[in-house]
Amino acid sequence: MKPATSATRGGGGSAASGAATTGAAGSNTAASGAAKNSPATRPPFDVAAARADFPILAERIHGKPLVYLDNAATSQKPLAVIETLRNFYAHESANIHRGVHYLSAQATDAYERARATVQQFLGAADAREIVFVRNATEGINLVALSFVRRRVKSGDEILISAMEHHSNIVPWQMLCEETGAVLRVAPIDDAGDIPLADFERLIGPRTRFVSVAHMSNALGTINPAREIVEIAHRHGVPVLLDGAQAAPHIPIDVRALGCDFYVFSGHKVYGPTGIGALYGKAEHLEAMPPYQGGGDMILSVTFEKTTYNKIPHKFEAGTPNIAGTIGLAAALDYLRAFDAESLAAHEADVLAHATAAVSAIPGVRLIGTARRKASVLSFVLDGVHAHDIGTILDQEGIAVRAGHHCAQPVMQRYGVPATARASFGLYNTRGEADALALALRKVVEVFR
Amino acid sequence: MSDLRELYQEVILDHNRKPRNFRKLDGANRHAEGYNPLCGDKVVVYLKVDGDVVTDVSFEGSGCAISTASASLMTESLKGKRVAEAEAVFDGFHKLVTGAPGADAAPLGKLAAFAGVSEFPVRVKCATLAWHTLHAALAGRADSVSTE
Repeated sequence: MKPATSATRGGGGSAASGAATTGAAGSNTAASGAAKNSPATRPPFDVAAARADFPILAERIHGKPLVYLDNAATSQKPLAVIETLRNFYAHESANIHRGVHYLSAQATDAYERARATVQQFLGAADAREIVFVRNATEGINLVALSFVRRRVKSGDEILISAMEHHSNIVPWQMLCEETGAVLRVAPIDDAGDIPLADFERLIGPRTRFVSVAHMSNALGTINPAREIVEIAHRHGVPVLLDGAQAAPHIPIDVRALGCDFYVFSGHKVYGPTGIGALYGKAEHLEAMPPYQGGGDMILSVTFEKTTYNKIPHKFEAGTPNIAGTIGLAAALDYLRAFDAESLAAHEADVLAHATAAVSAIPGVRLIGTARRKASVLSFVLDGVHAHDIGTILDQEGIAVRAGHHCAQPVMQRYGVPATARASFGLYNTRGEADALALALRKVVEVFR
Repeated sequence: MSDLRELYQEVILDHNRKPRNFRKLDGANRHAEGYNPLCGDKVVVYLKVDGDVVTDVSFEGSGCAISTASASLMTESLKGKRVAEAEAVFDGFHKLVTGAPGADAAPLGKLAAFAGVSEFPVRVKCATLAWHTLHAALAGRADSVSTE
């Protein structure tokens, strides 16, 4: 299920190493480990060792061991990230890009090393193509306001898909309202796939931009992103891929994908909240006006004339989330230290096991059965509302999401008010999938 | 499971399975819509108010067991009550499900089944959605009620 083009996450060595070291943020164990792991010697993913890296997994909820299955909402954080944040504030904290003093220079180095880490994670050609933002949502808003707004007039079209998260709907609706542009929506089929022929039919002479999820948060569908980009580019239309869900589960290579923009959130990829990244092709970023004004995004300011800074700094007004950025790099280093294929095989195995166990329960209907999926198991249970499922599972220590998953149009597409959603991360196990199924049988019992 | 049985009492499960007065009310002279944007629960409460007496009440919508049963039991408990009495029941019910000091289940009849909700703070909005909507309908407010 891995695109052959993506080798971004080749790596090896212990993922738990690097915790608490100052250099963890910038060091890249993955690159050095890549050569060691030929397919023949690739070890299976050691989930028990990985679980030991996440202190929260030792928590008990309502007296039961925590079974955390809400990773599509946010992932838990490994010690490597927690210690990096602690270490930054305890020993390294300073502002960046301005101080002559030692700590400021160190913080600036760590911040810019983090940019290089994100560049490698995404397979971008140049670190200048990486803009730090708060999250995927802010990345999409930045592109909408700074890139697309100048390219659309009344009657022009922006194309998204029917499986988008609200964060990839609302910014475009706001832009359409402002400019008179029209939002077009590519349909999805019953399984939760975007039929590409339908998608292509919706690209017309007025289409100015395409923005779609690399992977769906509500359905788990992995979209054929490269094909979508190819189709759009054939019509001369630039593309943004929303990688909020894909980043923790699918190797990403923006050059192989060919996309013009890519966004993701740090907190879903085992990093801190409040930090994410936008990739944009350098030629686009160069041509775009700043998103926000302030310090750090300027070269010189007089009351007559301000000269903007170069990319990417032009888009990073004000003191950024420095600790979060360094913490994000620690998370990406942590993730990249695993062998990508072993990890993917583990995640696919747990999802397949959970899918089988949950499907076997009478009255369960899966929402989202695409051929290529990761992490997400969305379902409804006959006669039981998702909220009640969520409450009963919570009593068993099992954290799932119950609701519309910030994708109300997806719920409307399937004619359900809400679903229960279990979403798996690297630390989840077959045993936890069994616990989910067992608890669901209790739900059935309560409501029988 | 004991907390769960506290929450999902038989009367609640029964009213969830077979909601009473679950229809649009012909000849209603008051109605209001309630919405919980966090979970998508929706309810419309219809009232026939004659003078200051609630002569009939019904509801429509979709929601979880707690919100559906709460709406269903609410309609049963209010028929024939004066407006001021209905508001007093809401007040008592609200105290019960939030575990407020002075909460007293005794005068609430079947609604006492919702006492367990106070152990589940995130479910209070489910239990009270229909009641807030009732309150809006009694006040003649046409705009929809939101829990957020």
